[in-house]
Amino acid sequence: MHGLINKAIQSFIRDSYGMASWLAVAREAGLGFENFEPMMSYDLDVTERTLNAAVTVLGRPRITLMEDMGTYIASHKNTQQVRRLLRFGGVDFNDFLHSLDEMPDRTRLALPELELPELELRQESPGQFVLRCRSRIEGAGHVLLGLLRATADDYGALVYLEHRGTDTGADMISINLLESSFADGQPFDLGARGAR
Amino acid sequence: MGNPLILVRGGRDDARLRRSVGTRIGRGGKPVPAVPFRAGNAYGAVAGPPRSCRKTVHGMKTTSHKAVDLDAASLGRLMPLHLVVAADGTVLSHGPTVGKLFGQDPLIGRPFLDAFSIRRPGDVSGIEDLRTRTGQRLFLVQSGSPHQTFRGLVVPIAASDRLLVNLSFGIGVVEAVSAHHLTDSDFAPTDLAIELLYLVEAKQLIMTELNGLNRRLEGAKNTAEEQALTDTLTGLRNRRALDLAFGRLAGAGTPFALLHIDLDFFKEVNDSLGHAAGDEVLREVARVLTSETRKSDTVARVGGDEFVILYADLAEIGAISRIANRIVERLSKPVRFEDTTCHVSASIGIAVSETYARPDPEQMLADADQALYASKKAGRRQARLFRSDGSMELQGAETGLRVD
Repeated sequence: MHGLINKAIQSFIRDSYGMASWLAVAREAGLGFENFEPMMSYDLDVTERTLNAAVTVLGRPRITLMEDMGTYIASHKNTQQVRRLLRFGGVDFNDFLHSLDEMPDRTRLALPELELPELELRQESPGQFVLRCRSRIEGAGHVLLGLLRATADDYGALVYLEHRGTDTGADMISINLLESSFADGQPFDLGARGAR
Repeated sequence: MGNPLILVRGGRDDARLRRSVGTRIGRGGKPVPAVPFRAGNAYGAVAGPPRSCRKTVHGMKTTSHKAVDLDAASLGRLMPLHLVVAADGTVLSHGPTVGKLFGQDPLIGRPFLDAFSIRRPGDVSGIEDLRTRTGQRLFLVQSGSPHQTFRGLVVPIAASDRLLVNLSFGIGVVEAVSAHHLTDSDFAPTDLAIELLYLVEAKQLIMTELNGLNRRLEGAKNTAEEQALTDTLTGLRNRRALDLAFGRLAGAGTPFALLHIDLDFFKEVNDSLGHAAGDEVLREVARVLTSETRKSDTVARVGGDEFVILYADLAEIGAISRIANRIVERLSKPVRFEDTTCHVSASIGIAVSETYARPDPEQMLADADQALYASKKAGRRQARLFRSDGSMELQGAETGLRVD
């Protein structure tokens, strides 16, 4: 698993539950170190152990942690760069949804080693979509759910999102886009690279 | 080329296509290719009026050379950075993004070659020169903003003497977006400018992480190297570090001195007072030796109670002798350890590089060792210098150090 993913898990736990909690998770997972290197590669098992340790140490169900992590990635002040990269997907939430199909390709363009979940968006009727998410990490669909919620907020869109369980190993998320521009949302300045 | 395009976004029939005027559409095909098309027509925009729009999207079938009639809004959406230039060289109209670049300065009626200068090719000075460059790639600069560069293309407008100039920011797009606060809608939906901006930001994020990784690796490497060259008990250099320093000095060709120091009665301290006391003595010796050396010198612990000092750029026997005797004197002072006092002293053997035609580390160490042995044999607590004639000259007469 790419270090960026593991590092994101680490940052999420540290920024949401505090440094002591993260260190406890690292110990519980038997990592043997305190910091993931975002530009190195780790066995999938390491990611799995970290997530399991987080469930044990933080005493929260895995799907809750996963969803919170998705929200964190797309909205926390320490992950502003990721938020910006997501916003490049489209000018409004509808546009953004359609860009999800190409997100893995887009990501590969920037960082060929980074393996993101396979995403497939299907439009069922106007404003009604189903997103299939397939990943080697169990519960990745819940991360996506949190990420979509936060991104919809960021765009100021009114959306109803629901995890619909799994289908042949893929997480199914139903997306009901009620209004693309419901609230003002956060501004996105194409040229504001200073948002680091 | 003859395959009809299937729109993925925006609908399949003409009516829905017409409703998609000005929005971004994608193209699909049956069977759906594993990697969707992302270039050229695949990422299309539809421009009105409807007749020509159909020809644009299903455009590969077009056989007639009939001029395409576009209204200004459609032209502006297709090419937000275009200008229409009259026969006399003045700007007749332009796309919306061009307007943003010039802000309050009205561009209509201004000579095109006054608003922009052509950097390449270099021989375009009038509008007629520009006309001869039809179809070629041009490099332009915005007048008054020498850093705002463009790529451009000039084509004649059919059945008129007007010229259509289309511009692109090229790789300067990143700066242009910041400088003019451009947004997604300032680019044609077919333009890959946004993708370029995305890549630039993604690259920056990755570079930041890589630089961080490099810094951490550099730090870890330095620490590992330091540890590999350090004696952990005393913090002095170890045998490996000594060998490296020896090699450097021998290679440099400047004179240097070697002091081989062995503690007297250290075993007794260790045996009677324990290792902790012995360790404290060794640390105190290290402090003394470090204080008797400069940064450029090397102090190494090479055995249990054996030390070697390399003095760089030091050849004068008198100076070496004074230092050696001072060390003997200072190391003879008792060392406090908890409630007890440890008594040791030091014997020193000295060799200087100038004794040798070509100083060899092994030879110098062996000779210094002989001098050290002579010091021990003569009663310890003294320093002796190895001489080229093989004698072991006692050092210390001039400092008045009493030899026991």
